[in-house]
Amino acid sequence: MSAITHDHDHEHDHKPSGIKRWLYTTNHKDIGTMYLVFALLMFFIGGSMAMVIRLELFQPGMQFVEPQFFNQMTTVHGLIMVFGAVMPAFTGLANWMIPMMIGAPDMALPRMNNWSFWILPFAFLILLLSLFMPGGGPDFGWTFYAPLSTTYSNDSTALFVFSVHIMGISSIMGAINVIVTIWNMRAPGMTWMKMPLFVWTWFITAFLLIMVMPVLAGAVTMVLTDKYFGTSFFDAAGGGDPVLFQHIFWFFGHPEVYIMILPAFGIVSAIIPTFARKPLFGYASMVYATASIAILSFLVWAHHMFTTGMPVFATLFFMYCTMLIAVPTGVKVFNWVATMWRGAMTFEVPMMFALAFIVLFTIGGFSGLMLAITPADFQYHDTYFVVAHFHYVLVTGAVFSIIAAAYYWLPKWTGHMYDERLGQLHFWCSLISVNLLFFPMHFVGLAGMPRRIPDYALQFADFNAFISVGGFLFGLSQLIFVWVLVKCARGGEKATAQVWEGAEGLEWQVPSPAPYHTFETPPEVK
Amino acid sequence: MQLHRTLVTKLLLVTALMFGFGFALVPLYDVFCEVTGINGKTSNVPATALVDGVDTSREITIEFLARPNKDMPWIFKPEIRRLTVHPGEVHVMNYFAENPTAQMIVGQAVPSVSPGQAALYLHKIECFCFTQQQLAAGRNMLMPVQFYVDPALPAQFSTITLNYTLYDVTANWQGNAATENLGE
Ligand code: HEM
Ligand SMILES: [Cu+2]
Repeated sequence: MSAITHDHDHEHDHKPSGIKRWLYTTNHKDIGTMYLVFALLMFFIGGSMAMVIRLELFQPGMQFVEPQFFNQMTTVHGLIMVFGAVMPAFTGLANWMIPMMIGAPDMALPRMNNWSFWILPFAFLILLLSLFMPGGGPDFGWTFYAPLSTTYSNDSTALFVFSVHIMGISSIMGAINVIVTIWNMRAPGMTWMKMPLFVWTWFITAFLLIMVMPVLAGAVTMVLTDKYFGTSFFDAAGGGDPVLFQHIFWFFGHPEVYIMILPAFGIVSAIIPTFARKPLFGYASMVYATASIAILSFLVWAHHMFTTGMPVFATLFFMYCTMLIAVPTGVKVFNWVATMWRGAMTFEVPMMFALAFIVLFTIGGFSGLMLAITPADFQYHDTYFVVAHFHYVLVTGAVFSIIAAAYYWLPKWTGHMYDERLGQLHFWCSLISVNLLFFPMHFVGLAGMPRRIPDYALQFADFNAFISVGGFLFGLSQLIFVWVLVKCARGGEKATAQVWEGAEGLEWQVPSPAPYHTFETPPEVK
Repeated sequence: MQLHRTLVTKLLLVTALMFGFGFALVPLYDVFCEVTGINGKTSNVPATALVDGVDTSREITIEFLARPNKDMPWIFKPEIRRLTVHPGEVHVMNYFAENPTAQMIVGQAVPSVSPGQAALYLHKIECFCFTQQQLAAGRNMLMPVQFYVDPALPAQFSTITLNYTLYDVTANWQGNAATENLGE
């Protein structure tokens, strides 16, 4: 700890040492760190499953794994990346940054905060261990459509349901904490329309979370009772309907994809002004755009279900609503570009990832628009085109924003500058390999290669070998990231309080590394 | 702390309500499909009101399909494949079912109409799908459906397909199959 914070520590730090510090901590910075480390671990576990998938798909024919195991890999890869990597990483960033950004001493509900983190490792332990059960783990896709997850699923389904319940409870507790913190604990003068956009986007995300995570809990509960207790929510023989499952799932599922991107919008809106050395263009319109995206996200779920045989007027309704979302999204992209216009830009690693985010996320948005065209979706649905779409918005979107955030705030967390050259190497390796990995998926998808299959027609062989190589390179590139993180945690050039020349906001007024307790007396916000 | 408590209570209430909403989607979905007739769902309630006017000015082709579910061993098929009717006329059609196995089996037929929007206009006065059906080993039976097409059927429809999927529900049979077709 630096000299400035030294006497501060003496007054307040009665933190136990060793493992107990982490088990019992109610400090938002400790909990934030644990969330982030956990997310990184899950990113690598989920990533190694992706490597298994790409290894099997490297060549046509069955090489390395059984089809059923392949399905378990796609399923658990999806679940881990969504619920174990992206969402906890955002929660970790929220824990670290929101109190500092609004001038609060900690999160509003510190004990609950401890719980919401510590139940998470158990959820994923259960999920991962279920892979070793006789009969294997969940193999019905991360979307667990009935009847795949009911009539045709294996015995591990109960464990799957249990672990999803725990993940849901954890995110709901985290979301409640974020809302209460932002609502009640802003420093004097920190009015709603002065809040940094990362705080705004998280505030809205938290509302999405408490609205849709309970619906997911309902869906898994119905799967559980259908499978084990003789109900027939999704069983036509008993008067239920399997299509109903898809409605309930996507009522959760589409807002869920925005849960994974709204905080990313907040991060990019923090980074771009810093490195363009200009205030964010159109702050108010950013807030309104975020809110309208959140509201619209409840009205588009059936764009995942165009091929289920909906009547024409329903497909039209969902098609137009989906396209409408592109408008507020476009507003955001426009504002970021306008912020950079005539800015004095520099291109440190956080800025590079943020710039890549803007370009590549927009590509994902465009393929989303193509998928939203109902008749076109009849061709694209369940092909690799969909896989390309959601990996552009989730990997080069959500994950890139998380990496950008890590580089951006790392000096504030550790007190050291990261190694800029290694960081740039990480960026360029990631940028090139991620496009080798996901861009050709558009083409094999348009040519008709179905998703979630362990084998494919010979005509797709070259493209798939290419994609797999991209995948392995992307996986390897992330090891550079770990190297940067470890190096930065252990030492490096001392960071100043402001860290970045153009950075503005309360978090840059506290020393680096941020002391264990910040803003115990609220700052004055002008 | 008090400040936090009221807000937390409200947020927990929202969470609980949304959990309930997830389950409320189940009946809402059924009601919605029934009212709008989308999804090809027909009513489970017998239609009573017989229409007075038969519309002889146009003919509608009704196609009959039958499909035993994958785990259902019964032989199940319509007596005829198609029938041409005038809207408003009441017709009776029989489906043939045979249980070729050595055990008693209870079946439940689930109807589905295509195109979906026409489901609202196909009224069933009597249908074997309203109840569970029981067949002793080796027996067979004819199962009737009595129906008419609503004269209000929009002009764009000239063919309606009525499909039944037959499920084996012996495992959760309540013992209340209406037609105790034990084959006497
Ligand atoms: C302009 C914005 C967007 C539009 C118009 C859009 C549209 C669509 C459509 C129509 C589908 C269904 C494709 C099919 O299954 O045939 C889809 C799938 C998907 N989208 Fe998007 N999308 C958009 C943004 C996003 C964002 C921001 C995310 C996440 C951060 C996202 C994540 C996904 C995922 C995960 C799937 C696939 C789900 C699955 O079947 O496993 N999308 N999108
Ligand atoms: Cu969607």
